[in-house]
Amino acid sequence: MRHKTFFWFFLPTGLAMLLFIALPIVSVVTQSIFAPHEAVLVEVENCTPLVGCTTETSIDQEATRLLRDAKPLGRFVGLDIYFDRGHLAIAELKEIWATSESWGGFWDKLSNLPLYRALAFTLTFTFVVTPLTLVLGLVIALAINSLHRHLKGLMIFFSLLPMIVTPLIGSMILFWMIDSRGILGSALIGLSGDPDLSLKASTGLMWISLMVYGLWHASPFAFVVFYAGLQTLPSDQLEASQIDGATRWQQVKYVIVPHLMPLVTFVALIQLMDNFKVFEPVVGFSAQAHAQSLSWFIFNDLGGETRQLSSASATSVITIIGVAILLSPVLVRTWRDFKGAR
Amino acid sequence: MASRAQRMPKSLRIASTFFVILWFILAAFPFAWTVWGSFKVELDFFSISDWTNGLTGERTKSVYGSAFTGTGYEGAWIQEEFWRNVLNTGIVCFFVVTISLTVGTLGGYALSRSTHNYTFWLLITALIFRAMPPITLVAGYLLPFFEWNVWGILPTTIIVLVAINQPFTLWMLHSFFKNIPQELDESAKVDGCNQFQAFRRVIIPVMWPGVITTGLFSFLLAYNDFAVSAMLLSESNRTMVPAIAAFLGTTQTEGNVMFAVAAVVSATVPLFILVMFFQRQIVGGLTAGAVKG
Repeated sequence: MRHKTFFWFFLPTGLAMLLFIALPIVSVVTQSIFAPHEAVLVEVENCTPLVGCTTETSIDQEATRLLRDAKPLGRFVGLDIYFDRGHLAIAELKEIWATSESWGGFWDKLSNLPLYRALAFTLTFTFVVTPLTLVLGLVIALAINSLHRHLKGLMIFFSLLPMIVTPLIGSMILFWMIDSRGILGSALIGLSGDPDLSLKASTGLMWISLMVYGLWHASPFAFVVFYAGLQTLPSDQLEASQIDGATRWQQVKYVIVPHLMPLVTFVALIQLMDNFKVFEPVVGFSAQAHAQSLSWFIFNDLGGETRQLSSASATSVITIIGVAILLSPVLVRTWRDFKGAR
Repeated sequence: MASRAQRMPKSLRIASTFFVILWFILAAFPFAWTVWGSFKVELDFFSISDWTNGLTGERTKSVYGSAFTGTGYEGAWIQEEFWRNVLNTGIVCFFVVTISLTVGTLGGYALSRSTHNYTFWLLITALIFRAMPPITLVAGYLLPFFEWNVWGILPTTIIVLVAINQPFTLWMLHSFFKNIPQELDESAKVDGCNQFQAFRRVIIPVMWPGVITTGLFSFLLAYNDFAVSAMLLSESNRTMVPAIAAFLGTTQTEGNVMFAVAAVVSATVPLFILVMFFQRQIVGGLTAGAVKG
C-alpha cells in the first residue's frame, strides 16, 4: 500500500488517538509538574485615630487574576507534587526509614502514607488474583470440557455472565449479598457463630471480598480462552501418554498445560494489566476506608467540588509508569517477533 | 470424542460434576438472587431476622398483599427518572459503536495491507494505549473541556469513548483483515479499482463477521464504562452506570436501596440478551487474539 493511501485510511483513527490519548498524556504530565497559583496576598494597614493601626491580609483579586492569565499553567514546581505527602512522600519515607527498627515497624508506618497504601492494595490484588484466575479458569475449562456437548453450550452461557456484566454492577450485586443482612453475610454469621461479624468492618475481610470479586469476574475469560485451546489439543498426544502409563494428573501436567502454555502467558498478561486497573469494585463495595487502589485515588482527586488536577495528574503518571513496567516483557517479546519475522 | 481410555474413573467424574455444579451456582446464583429480590421490599432483600424471607417475601406480603412488588422499579424508573439514563446509554452506545467501527475499519484495513515498518510502531503504540487505565487520561481532558465549554454533554463523551476504544478495535480488526486473503483486493486492483474502490467492493462484503464481533466489544466498553462517563458527564446527562453509582450515594440514606437494586437488574437485562444471541461471537472474539498469540 502506498504511503499516501495509507495516510488517508489511517487519518481518522490516528487523529482520534492523537487528540484524545496522546495529547492528554502530555497534558497530564505537564499538569503534574505545575501547581495552581496561590492567591496573591496584600497587607493593608488600617489606621483609625485613637484606636491605632491594624494590618489586614486580604486577597488581591486583580493581581491574582493577572498572574493566572499571564501563566495559565500555574507555577512550575518540578517534582514537588510527586514527592509530597500525598504521593511518594520522600521526606516521610526517609524519616520512617531512619526511625523504625524492624521491618514490621517500617511496613506499619509505610501503610499510613496514602499512596503506598493504595499501591500495596493494587499490587496485592494484581498478584493474588492473576494466578488464582489462571488456576480456576483451567479447572473450569477441564471440568466443562468433560461434559456432554448439550450441557457445554449452556454452561458457557452462564460462565460468561460474571465477565460480561458491568464491573460496577457485578460488584454491587456481590456486595449486597455479603452485606451482614444479605444472604451470604448472614450465612457467614451463622457459620462463624459471631453475630457481629461484618465484612465491611474489617480491612482483611474487605480485601478478601474484593479479591473474591476479582476472581469471580476474571476467571470466565481465562476459562473461555483455555477451553478454546483444549479443542485444538491433539488427541494422539494424550493417547501416547496414556500408553506410556501416565496418570490423569500427569497428563494434565505434561501434555495439557504445555499445550496451553502460550495461552497461559496471554491470559496472564491481559489479567495483570486489567487487575492493575482495579477500580470499580472499590466503589461498588464502598471499600474506600479499607482498600484504595491507584485508579480510585485518581478518581477521588478528580471528583468532588475541588478538582485536584495536579495531584490526580501526578498519580496518573505514576500509574502509567507502573503499567509500562508490567507491559515491558510483552513489548520486548513483540519486538523480537517483529525482528524475527523480517 | 472420548476413546475408551479417555473415559474418566467414577470418583473423578463425580468430583468434576460436583465442581461444575459449584461453578454454575457461583456464576448464576448472584444474578438469580438479585432478580428475585428486586421484586421484594428492602426488609426481605436485606433480612435481619430470617434469610428465607428473601425467598418467600414475608414482609412484602404483609405490605402489598402479594409476594412480588414492582415498587423498586417504579421508584427507579419513574420517581428517579432512570429512563433518562437508559436513553443516554442508548445514544452513547449507538454512536460509539458506529463511529468506532467506521473509523477502526479503515485504520485496521490499512494496517493489515501496508508492509511498511511504521505499521509495527503504530500497532505497538496502540497496544500501550490499550494497556493504560482510561482514568489516567481524565485529568488531561477536564481543563480543555471546561475551557471550550463542552464538558458534561453526550457528544464529548462519545468522542472520548471512541478514541479510548480505538486501540482495541484496531488490533481486533487488523487481525481479522489479515485473515482475508490479500489476493482478493489485489485482483480487484488489477481490474482497475483504486485502493478505496477495492476496499468498498471487495472487502466490505466479506468483512461482516469480524466487524460484528468487534462491534460487540465496542458496545460492551461503552456500556460498561464507569470511570470516564462519571467524570465527563454532568448530572442531567448521566448514563446508566454512573447513575447507579449515584443511587448508591443518595438512596442508602433515604432507605430506598431497592431503587438501586431495580436499576441494577434493569441494566443487566440487555447484557443477558446480548450474551444469549451473540455467545458464539463473544467466545470467538475473546479467543481470536489469544489463539494467534
